[in-house]
Amino acid sequence: MTTNETSNLGRGVADRPRQYSTFSVDNLFFGIEVLKVQELLRYLDMTRVPLAPDVIEGLINLRGQIVTAVDMRRRLGLKKRLPDETPMNIVVRSDDGAVSLLVDEIGDVLEVGSDSYEPVPESVPQAHRELILGVHKLEGRMLLVLDTERVLQTNVAA
Amino acid sequence: MDDPEIITEFLIESNENLTRLEQEIVELEQRPSDPVLLASIFRTIHTVKGTCGFLAFSNLEGVTHIAENILSQLRNGERSLTPQLTSLVLETMDVIKKELASIEATSKESGDSYEDLKRRLNLVSSAARSGEECPQLDTAKTLGSSSERQPRSIESSSVALPARGQGAEESDAGLSLAGPTPEAEKLAGPRGGSIADSTIRVDVGLLDKLMNLVGELVLARNHVLQFNSRQEDAALNGTAQRLNLITTQLQEGVMKTRMQPIGVVWNKLPRVVRDLAASCGKQIQLDMDGAETELDKSIIEAIKDPLTHIVRNCCDHGIESPGERLRNGKPSQGRLLLRAYHEGGQVNIEITDDGAGISIARVKQKALERGLLRPEQVERLSEREAVNLVFLPGFSTAEKVSSISGRGVGMDVVKTNIEKIGGVVDLTSRPGKGTTVKIKIPLTLAIIPGLVVNSGHERFIIPQVSLLELLRLEGEAARKQIERIHGTPVYRRRGKLLPIAYLNEVLRLPAADAEAEALNIVVLQAEDRQFGLVVDAINDTQEIVVKPLGKQLKGISSYAGATIMGDGRVALILDVLGIGQLSGVLSESREQTRAEAAKGDPAHEERQTFLLFRAGKFERLAVPLSLVARLEEFPSSRIERASGKMVVQYRDQILQLTLLSSALEPGESIAETVSDPAQVIVFSEGDRMAGLIVDQILDIHDEAIRIGKKGERPGLSGSAVIGGKVTDFLDLHEVLAADESWSSASPPQAGPCSTVLVADGSAFSRGQIRNYLELAGHPVLEAANQSDALDKLDRNRISAVVTSRNLPSGGGKQLVGQMRMRAGSVRIPVVILCDSTKELNARDAGEFDAYVERFDRTGLLDSLGKLSIVLEAAELGKNVLTPA
Repeated sequence: MTTNETSNLGRGVADRPRQYSTFSVDNLFFGIEVLKVQELLRYLDMTRVPLAPDVIEGLINLRGQIVTAVDMRRRLGLKKRLPDETPMNIVVRSDDGAVSLLVDEIGDVLEVGSDSYEPVPESVPQAHRELILGVHKLEGRMLLVLDTERVLQTNVAA
Repeated sequence: MDDPEIITEFLIESNENLTRLEQEIVELEQRPSDPVLLASIFRTIHTVKGTCGFLAFSNLEGVTHIAENILSQLRNGERSLTPQLTSLVLETMDVIKKELASIEATSKESGDSYEDLKRRLNLVSSAARSGEECPQLDTAKTLGSSSERQPRSIESSSVALPARGQGAEESDAGLSLAGPTPEAEKLAGPRGGSIADSTIRVDVGLLDKLMNLVGELVLARNHVLQFNSRQEDAALNGTAQRLNLITTQLQEGVMKTRMQPIGVVWNKLPRVVRDLAASCGKQIQLDMDGAETELDKSIIEAIKDPLTHIVRNCCDHGIESPGERLRNGKPSQGRLLLRAYHEGGQVNIEITDDGAGISIARVKQKALERGLLRPEQVERLSEREAVNLVFLPGFSTAEKVSSISGRGVGMDVVKTNIEKIGGVVDLTSRPGKGTTVKIKIPLTLAIIPGLVVNSGHERFIIPQVSLLELLRLEGEAARKQIERIHGTPVYRRRGKLLPIAYLNEVLRLPAADAEAEALNIVVLQAEDRQFGLVVDAINDTQEIVVKPLGKQLKGISSYAGATIMGDGRVALILDVLGIGQLSGVLSESREQTRAEAAKGDPAHEERQTFLLFRAGKFERLAVPLSLVARLEEFPSSRIERASGKMVVQYRDQILQLTLLSSALEPGESIAETVSDPAQVIVFSEGDRMAGLIVDQILDIHDEAIRIGKKGERPGLSGSAVIGGKVTDFLDLHEVLAADESWSSASPPQAGPCSTVLVADGSAFSRGQIRNYLELAGHPVLEAANQSDALDKLDRNRISAVVTSRNLPSGGGKQLVGQMRMRAGSVRIPVVILCDSTKELNARDAGEFDAYVERFDRTGLLDSLGKLSIVLEAAELGKNVLTPA
């Protein structure tokens, strides 16, 4: 169980660079602003919710708190996870309490300057584009900044 | 008597209130016209005053009462806030604080009557008002000069209220002013610091945190126990057992800290009722039932004030004076009953009085006087809606403003507070018989017993309150005793048919092994109906702590919440009513819940029942069954010809028949191909009727359909897959257009046949509503989203809008908001189609002019009829009655 020490990361916020907690989903490299992340957890036992929207993987017990787990693969419309691949939990804070995002792998916390930032190109399919705030062009790869509110919002059974 | 406790509570609460009040008043200086802030301040001071009142701290009450008057004027816009006024109000706060300190130290008021302050307050207060409106002004003046030994609540000295018995007064006085009573001495005795000695107030947040920590401890314990079972070490074994025991006790203890019987709140009420009764010269007996019902602490806190308000209201307005009661043939003593019980996964609290009830006429009149509603709105109110008007802010039917009630706070506070914790308040009243206020609080956070069942390899919990009995059918019996009526399983339970639902089917889970040796049926009660739920296995019952589901899952009607089981896994709690409806066992509101269930799918699926038939080249056609009046067979000998049309004598009328195949393909004349007997679908609406000859009636199908494409062909409105086959939908309006007796006849809601805009995100739904409306003679425009709707509103003369929550973007609510901001559409009535009873019940918000269930055709036409009359009346400036 790794817990982000936000106090450590909070240092040096005065200058513009932002810190992202990174993870990968089906070879895509994502980042969530570190302050929105409550904690990172290995895979936890999950209770399925019949009749729930597809993107809801289940419910987990996070120290007595019931947290909904959203499968990012399905949320992003990517291909299914193989049975032997166990996802990781990124627990993010939302207005409605904590929600867990299931991702393939968890990466480091990266500090990125605003100069590498660019909005998402129009050519990215709409379904993806609306979940991404922008792109940081890093060496050798792209860091996609996830719009967590959007990710959690649109799957509300409306 | 628990007077010291009450006083302690009062002190804590008032101090809290005062602190908040000070902040708010300072804030108010920045935003002097913020109505929310004003209302909040007003409520707070009202509460402080109220508590002073029933603890008989008359001096305090007097001061707060005048301050409240001033705030009341502020709230009503009769004056504006000046710095002097703020200072004056703040000064009042200081006085109250001083008095509170005095009460805490000596358990009585300081004796200073603050004449100067009262005089200044009164001066300010009367400057804005003319004297005759507020008799309480005089009261306030006399208060200070009246004997300090004689605590009197304000109303007793104001107007026409019977005086209280002197004896009662003396005993009251003991508490507040007549020197130290035993209790008072105890309180006033040597004390180190502040009030709380044996108890401490703990932040509920802290308890939450503790609870979560205990949960984690339970998990750790489980792991240790698991680990231990693999070891042979006796010492470890013993330690593990001990850990187990302590953890369980700790868990129970922490849980208990959060639970309190509702009696904690109720205990204070006898005193409140007694004092009120005495001061109003009434006789009231208070009975309580279910005081042991346990509620979560946070809920107890939240309902405390609303409950007191309701009880005060019942005493003040509800129950009549003894004389009046005798005149009406009731016992002179009024009765107030408090009941609390768990039901249907909720905690219910009922406050019933046997008083005069609420006069609907007066409520309506008051709503008009206060400008809360427009006359035409009042006309349309149902009895129930009218009664519930008392929950509107600023509403009070009390003829005079007394210090108890009549200011129009109270009931709206009740509502806000209860709704804050996700509860519902409902008011029913029978004139002359009494009033019942029913509060339903969700059991979120409450501890309930539940039955653990298995289905499809998952574990679920059924709240015990819904449980009637458990049945087990073994072997052969299991197969035989579940019989089917038209495919629907039923079970003969003691001679009565019990509808059966399979939990795994409802939840779309894999079925259990077909070879299971027994069938387990849980007999459940939802509302007033019963059904059997087949599960794979029935386990034990457990006390569970209900936790709410995240917002992502709130839309699913099958669950009431979730809980964490002993092994640390999450288990879902079934919503029995939701399961019953989903399975179709509880059919009354089936359609709407199915529509709701389909909501998860963005493709707008809705369930409806269709009549399927064949005509000419069209192998599979459909119309909604709700439009069909009858299916008939006419032998060809009965079909006559009149002016070139086929007609038949039917129920003393001439029914004109339209051959569907030729209506759909006008080129081909195939009148001869009418089969004998002719299959006719009869549509009727009001006085008019029309018959449609089809080749064959195929089936009736109940299905969630998805409209594939909009029809390009005349007479068809689109196509969809029904029962696995592509089916065309008939556009009845177009098909029957040729039938003059139909199209020329006046539709039933004749009235002003005005254009209706249907704004809904679902093409199918729009099509249906269009069908309904056009059959009733309304021209219809459709809009698929908000901007489309607004655009059409701008460009057409539209007399009503029908919309629903699924209108992109923002739903009907936003549309109505937009409409009300535009001059052109500000007065166009809007009907909202509701997909659930919950939505229907939420009609209090009042943005919409009418609330109708999605597929309730008659309801829709009725409300449109009423609305168009209202609109017409408003436009013509005269009262138009139904022209039909």
